[in-house]
Amino acid sequence: MSQVPTELRDEIPTFEERPVAAEHGPIDWSALTHVQGARSALEVSVLIAIFAGIFFLLQGILDWTHTPTYVFPKPIETVKTFVNDFTTSELHSLSVTGSEFLAGLAIGSTAGLVLAALLTQKPFAEKVIAPYVLVMVTTPMLALVPLLRLLLGFGLWPIIITVALASGPMVMINATTGFRRTDLAKIALARSYGASTLQIFWKIRIPLALPMIVVGYMVGSIFGILTAVGSEMVAASNQGGLGKDLVYYASLGDMPQFGATILIVAILGVLIYIVFYLIGKRWASWEA
Amino acid sequence: MSHLSSSVRSAAPATAQCATAKISILEATKIYAAKTGPVHALERVSADVYEREFVCILGPSGCGKTTLLWAMSGLHALTGGEILLDGQPVQGPRPDQVGVIFQEANLLPWRNLLENIEFPFEIKHQKVPRDLIVALLEQTGLAGFEHSFPRELSGGMQQRASIVRALAQAPSVLLMDEPFGALDAFTRDEMNLLLLRLWSESRQTIVFVTHNISEAIFLADRVLVLTPRPGRLARAFDIPLPRPRTVEMTFETEFLELMREIKGAVESGSRRTLEV
Ligand SMILES: Nc1ncnc2c1ncn2[C@@H]1O[C@H](COP(=O)(O)OP(=O)(O)OP(=O)(O)O)[C@@H](O)[C@H]1O
Ligand SMILES: [Mg+2]
Repeated sequence: MSQVPTELRDEIPTFEERPVAAEHGPIDWSALTHVQGARSALEVSVLIAIFAGIFFLLQGILDWTHTPTYVFPKPIETVKTFVNDFTTSELHSLSVTGSEFLAGLAIGSTAGLVLAALLTQKPFAEKVIAPYVLVMVTTPMLALVPLLRLLLGFGLWPIIITVALASGPMVMINATTGFRRTDLAKIALARSYGASTLQIFWKIRIPLALPMIVVGYMVGSIFGILTAVGSEMVAASNQGGLGKDLVYYASLGDMPQFGATILIVAILGVLIYIVFYLIGKRWASWEA
Repeated sequence: MSHLSSSVRSAAPATAQCATAKISILEATKIYAAKTGPVHALERVSADVYEREFVCILGPSGCGKTTLLWAMSGLHALTGGEILLDGQPVQGPRPDQVGVIFQEANLLPWRNLLENIEFPFEIKHQKVPRDLIVALLEQTGLAGFEHSFPRELSGGMQQRASIVRALAQAPSVLLMDEPFGALDAFTRDEMNLLLLRLWSESRQTIVFVTHNISEAIFLADRVLVLTPRPGRLARAFDIPLPRPRTVEMTFETEFLELMREIKGAVESGSRRTLEV
């Protein structure tokens, strides 16, 4: 019986549900994707009320203590600045940081996905490499930026590489968890219809792993955007970026501008979250 | 060798001596290499299944029924012996002829019902026979649920969907692994009737694994009883009940008599291995 696929050889043909807890890797971020979107009118209004409460409380405290604007940005002025001064310079910074982030995420996540798909086929390789990936996840990649500047000069690449190194392992660790969910009965089903290894990969393994892959992207891209901004604060490219603006405005004591820039970064983070939340809802919602 | 011939003879149907064997199980032996040591799942099981016959394989949990069915499906290899399909050794899945129905419905949760039924055609790069699928959905009472996802369907509906998925391939052989094991008694009866109705129209060769004695008798032309580990063929029973079968038959003396006899065979099989 030479043609029997290795992945089905001598496996226990049982069909029990696998315990969900065992499926998660060392870090379980799945709670992130399962955050309920606020929907009812009550929820939305309470949400807005809380925001308004914090907003005006902060404003009140700062007014009451006569904190000067160069020490802490006042909410109202920050929003004013954000609305009025969202100029070409901010747009430029946003586009620089955005491209560093997108390029880094694309490179890092692709590498992470491919590695996860390959490694999960080889348990030995996975066992040997997994600890290093964990180390990469927990190491602040920001520290690399000055080094990479020395090596690669003042372009975007040092930051792109840093973002890739920060987001890639995060994607990989979650994707690995996803690819490890080998549902033997589903693979056997595909095999029984004559599916090739490649078809099984695309039509069974990927869909099974997709919910975890989305989680990986979500967490990886949040790591990525923070790393991009942080890297610019440490050693920006000659193009600048939001991180460089932060350092610049802080040194000037222009706190409303500083606050407005932070607001941009925060909005960017939330947008990324929403994008992946929607992707997860569309493509991975079967796993409720 | 004498062992082989005797067990083959005992497993042949009394009524169809001259028929050709669609599937031949020849001295099927399977020893799993588990971490805790070798597990002897099947020991020299030999039997023939004839064309258009409905055979039930009956045995207690863990006696190697799934192991045998997976070997017949070409999903895993035997340690010894072989399986012949139309006289050819089975060396891998045979999607052209054989449909496998798995324990539990085994639908893909990220596809809706229709997409699940179309899945095998996608794998095979074949055109989807719309009319056939519509007719099957109609017959199984699933019309109108084409766009529901598996989690939105009851267990019985999911199992019917998996049957439609297999039948849409028009297989000449159906291998079914405790397909209704997880269903309640009422739904199980209903599904058994449905299966017999569908089978009476297309008359595939069916091998149906179960651990439920009355289900086996109700469905089968022949019941093969396996002993607990290692699974051996204990006995084969012809079921001479007329068709179409009805639920009322299950209360008649002939049925109950068969039930008593087969139960005895299952139990003496277990006792024998306990003594060993
Ligand atoms: N991969 C494996 N490694 C070790 N032992 C195995 C493996 N697969 C099955 N077995 C053992 O082989 C025996 C037969 O297993 P099998 O799943 O075929 O039983 P079964 O008759 O289908 O049982 P059930 O009715 O519970 O489904 C069992 O004792 C089981 O533990
Ligand atoms: Mg079984």
